[in-house]
Amino acid sequence: MAYKAKQVIRGAAHVYGDNIDTDRIIPGKYTKTLDLSHLADHVLEDLDPTFRDRVQPGDILVAGDNFGCGSSREQAPLALKEAGVSVVVASYFARIFFRNAINIGLPVVEIGRHTIADGTQLEVDLARGEVRDLSAEQTYAAAPLPDIMLAILDAGGLVRYLQITGDYGDS
Amino acid sequence: MGHTIAEKIISRHAGRLVHAAEIAIVPIDGAMATDTTAPLAIKAFHEMGGRRVWDAGKMALVIDHAAPAPNERIANLHQMMREFSAEQHLPHFYDIGSGICHQLMVENGHVRPGDIFLGADSHTPTYGALGAFAVGVGSTDLAAAMLTGKTWLKVPHTIKIVLEGTLRPGITAKDVILRLVGDLGIAGATYDAVEFTGPVVARMTLASRMVLANMVAEMGAKTALIDTIGLDLDYPFDPIHPDPDAVYKAVYTFDVSELTHQIAVPHSPDSVVPLTQVAGQPIAMAFIGSCTNSRLEDLHAAAAVLRGRHIAPDVRMIVTAASRKIFNEALRDGTIATLSEAGASFITSGCGPCVGTHQGVPGDDEVVISSTNRNFRGRMGNPNARIFLASPAVVAATAVAGRIIDPADLQAR
Ligand code: SF4
Repeated sequence: MAYKAKQVIRGAAHVYGDNIDTDRIIPGKYTKTLDLSHLADHVLEDLDPTFRDRVQPGDILVAGDNFGCGSSREQAPLALKEAGVSVVVASYFARIFFRNAINIGLPVVEIGRHTIADGTQLEVDLARGEVRDLSAEQTYAAAPLPDIMLAILDAGGLVRYLQITGDYGDS
Repeated sequence: MGHTIAEKIISRHAGRLVHAAEIAIVPIDGAMATDTTAPLAIKAFHEMGGRRVWDAGKMALVIDHAAPAPNERIANLHQMMREFSAEQHLPHFYDIGSGICHQLMVENGHVRPGDIFLGADSHTPTYGALGAFAVGVGSTDLAAAMLTGKTWLKVPHTIKIVLEGTLRPGITAKDVILRLVGDLGIAGATYDAVEFTGPVVARMTLASRMVLANMVAEMGAKTALIDTIGLDLDYPFDPIHPDPDAVYKAVYTFDVSELTHQIAVPHSPDSVVPLTQVAGQPIAMAFIGSCTNSRLEDLHAAAAVLRGRHIAPDVRMIVTAASRKIFNEALRDGTIATLSEAGASFITSGCGPCVGTHQGVPGDDEVVISSTNRNFRGRMGNPNARIFLASPAVVAATAVAGRIIDPADLQAR
């Protein structure tokens, strides 16, 4: 994995299941806005109406397989980020969600099958590519990212990356 | 080692031979965003320092997801798109009522066989019906493409699906793709390209091919590539075939001869059962629309069922043609009159009730039968409604009976 940024994120885990689609992350009826706080107000509302009130800045969202399947709406990772989620950990992600999250500077980590329990304290070490479950004393290895994604994350997202580089390099 | 269609298209664009799992930076042939994704993309484009889009003639903007605007907030976002299009001199700006983005890209030749196309919408793989490598991206990726005319891609592995046999009368591409989504699952093709080939495909219309390609999104696929054999376009093109020794992640052969009407039940498009398992389920609302099934052949299929009949008194039926062009053709050939006389209500060409942004939102506990592609909880704007997905003929027959029914049984009564 190896993000250049030496970043260790600690937070409480909010654990959900498999195949959480973008309609459940942020329903389509709320996506037509550039006001990010409006997105955060409705984050995960059809999945867990209590999430919005319980989530603390820095908390970690944990899910199973195929997190973020469905639409291409970038409002889904934006809503999570704006609500205070610091990193999303999942067995694996749906393709567009994964790219979108990195593009907006929300770290996402794939760890395969896991047994992380709701409410547990996690430590996500982006540089070492590790997720440590502090309650269960268990460590999960994160799947490595391609170099271009690391570069985008290290810049803080695709907007910053292109502000700096002006263009993609050659293939 | 030979190349799949996806590997060939990406190799041609990258200027070097690539195989699955490699990263390539490629020039794109076109890009598109809608009123859900364009405002964020325009914002990101400006933040990146963008002044002019890389090639105005290759960029399309479409107002289709909430069109006409249902409130001032959305009206202002539409306004932002109009202003951006004017300022950038975009020749392909489609305002309300033009139609659904994916239909417009194909109908107006903005995407062609062998192209690499980026759409800021997850059903962009629909253009695989033309043998184009078309992928859905989010707004920021699209903004980067608007700025640079390029994108980066991980070359996908490919799953090949060979469709053999002959479809029974009344069984359509929708039934085929529903069955395949049911069998492969909502994540069955995540990150992969899906090639479709075989004699069933070779006989399909472009509209039916679009149905197949459209719903690979419901298997998590990156894109679809449909064999261009038998494809009739009004311009010449070079077909791209996979090498005989191309390497596939998996090859499935599916004989469609025994296939019956298929239905996706709430709340996931991969919860697919034969119609017989849910026959008799009462419904309150029927919807024919979306980039999956609202082209002329779909409206014709509905009209064939509804001709001389009327929808049930406790049912409401909404129809949205995929584009103004299709609506006008259906108007001229009498299809619209047939549907309207049967009790259908019409909504401006566009996404309509598909995504729950406006118009046609179901009530609590109501059951909807729909010709669209997704039935996730809350999809049509109400998390307490239940959505079943089916082909247009089944939706129409169900509207008449007031409960889920095989169109053939309707005729027998
Ligand atoms: S019709 Fe539905 S699925 Fe198709 S682009 Fe519009 S909202 Fe998306």
